Amino acid sequence: MLRIRNVWWIVALAALVLFPLIETNPTYTTIGIFTLIFMGCATSWNMFSGYSGYINLGSAVSYGVGAYTLTLLADHLHVPGNGDLFWLIPVGGLAAMIVAVPVGLVALRVRRHTFVVITIAIFFVFQLSATNFSFTGGTSGLQLPLIPWLETNYNKPFYFAALAITVFAALLSGAVRRSRFGLQLLAIRDDEDRAAGLGVKVFAVKLAGFTMSAFAVGMGGALYAVFLGQIYPQFVFDPIFDISIALMSIFGGLGTLTGPLLGALVLESMQQYLTIRFSNGSLYLIIFGALFLVVVLFMPQGIVVYLSDWRSRRSARRAEGARVVVGEAS
Amino acid sequence: MTILLSVDRVSKAFGGLQALTECSLFVEKGSIAGLIGPNGSGKTTLFNVITGYEKPDSGSVSFEGADITRLGPSNVFALGVGRTFQITRIFSRITVLENMLVATQRDEGWLRGLTRSKSSKSELVSAMEWLDFVGIDGLASQPAGSLSFGQRKLLELAYVLVADPDVILLDEPAGGVNLTLINEIANKIQTLNKGGKTFLIVEHNMEFVMNLCDRVTVMHQGTDLVSGTPSEIRNDPLVLDAYLGGSDDDDAEEAS
Repeated sequence: MLRIRNVWWIVALAALVLFPLIETNPTYTTIGIFTLIFMGCATSWNMFSGYSGYINLGSAVSYGVGAYTLTLLADHLHVPGNGDLFWLIPVGGLAAMIVAVPVGLVALRVRRHTFVVITIAIFFVFQLSATNFSFTGGTSGLQLPLIPWLETNYNKPFYFAALAITVFAALLSGAVRRSRFGLQLLAIRDDEDRAAGLGVKVFAVKLAGFTMSAFAVGMGGALYAVFLGQIYPQFVFDPIFDISIALMSIFGGLGTLTGPLLGALVLESMQQYLTIRFSNGSLYLIIFGALFLVVVLFMPQGIVVYLSDWRSRRSARRAEGARVVVGEAS
Repeated sequence: MTILLSVDRVSKAFGGLQALTECSLFVEKGSIAGLIGPNGSGKTTLFNVITGYEKPDSGSVSFEGADITRLGPSNVFALGVGRTFQITRIFSRITVLENMLVATQRDEGWLRGLTRSKSSKSELVSAMEWLDFVGIDGLASQPAGSLSFGQRKLLELAYVLVADPDVILLDEPAGGVNLTLINEIANKIQTLNKGGKTFLIVEHNMEFVMNLCDRVTVMHQGTDLVSGTPSEIRNDPLVLDAYLGGSDDDDAEEAS
């Protein structure tokens, strides 16, 4: 049985698959790639932070570790500049997961605001390390082997790799939401101590969620590295990334499946478009600010929750209206 | 008689405040035990120590003969010690039914949660049965945050019961609820007790405690003052002094 909800998912996926086949202008497919990377990362981030309420503002740690792992491995293994580089992307994700374990062991000991501050602090440790260690190339960054593809088709493999990451993140996030594990994360968000008193192994659950969410973010960073062909500490360990991912999820609807997808789709594509259209890298900040004011003031739980509330209110009103009419007739 | 739960000379201090001093207590299997005492006498702290939320400075807690003093809350619960809180704590942003499901597998490893769905058929059935038992099954699909105070109390009782613990610690089950509901809760406790569940109840409502409990322990200033049957407690001069009577001594304390 095909439910209406599933039809929407299929339509959305079809649109995303068709986009680079119809729109071949590299300017726009590049926007598509960045947007998809952010959609995947935000979805994965939300799978832990949105469900558990532990707002991680150091997700760029995973992103950067993914990017550096791929770049360093490509160098050491002498991977040539072709499609082979793509096989290293999941390895970048795995490395991000491995790094997330000790980070989580430290950060997850504290809650709420303290957790947020600790994740920011850990993020800066990583950024400083990448800037100062010699194996990371310091501030001059690292280069990847050049991929000699023609410009007209260059973007396509990247676009579909980014789409694959996003689909993977969304499927995983949906599966977690339906699992007992996901329910435990939600219980931790609402009352962690009470959850522990009902048999939830809260620390193990938190650490598992934190680690799992690093995977797709690490892959996003790794893909970003291959796409640009060079990485610098300030671009892969980027505090703006930390904030963007969180804001996209909050904008769309924290803790929902579709919220981060929608938030990233709207905000990242708009940011990229505005930057190119007006060749001004900061203009988007003004529009973002205004948008966030609107969302925070009028739909504090995000667009997705606002819309579904609005729909259920409307149908409730209709049912109410129908009853009134019936009552008058009788 | 078999002792199911016992607390042996437990002490606990928070900084300079001595919350518990050599407090001892036991609960017989299949009984309803009561714990009373003035505000601040350490009842809730004792609950926290038993259920693993606080670690005592000295003394021990054992359940079915095994030492559980150092176990965390999830492990204590997994062994079969359930509790409710004085200030009712539910998961407000998930549905009532989902609240129930959080507790259904009390001793399931955390890894198992990753590979299984939110609920099995049998869990759903038993969750609905317990919601029906406390009388809020009609609210199963509502977000728990929309429940009234009394309904929250019932939900908290139901989701502890769904995990089938051997002993249930109730922290003021009759606090802040109307008389009808108090009687209803008392009836539920009696029904469950007949089914073999053991209870330890903290409560200020004297009538509730005296009618329900087989044995009552009175706490005063962090230690167990006296234990006995409700009629023994009622007539004990020490208890009258510390709690029920309000003698000159009590007035002096309030003044200080």
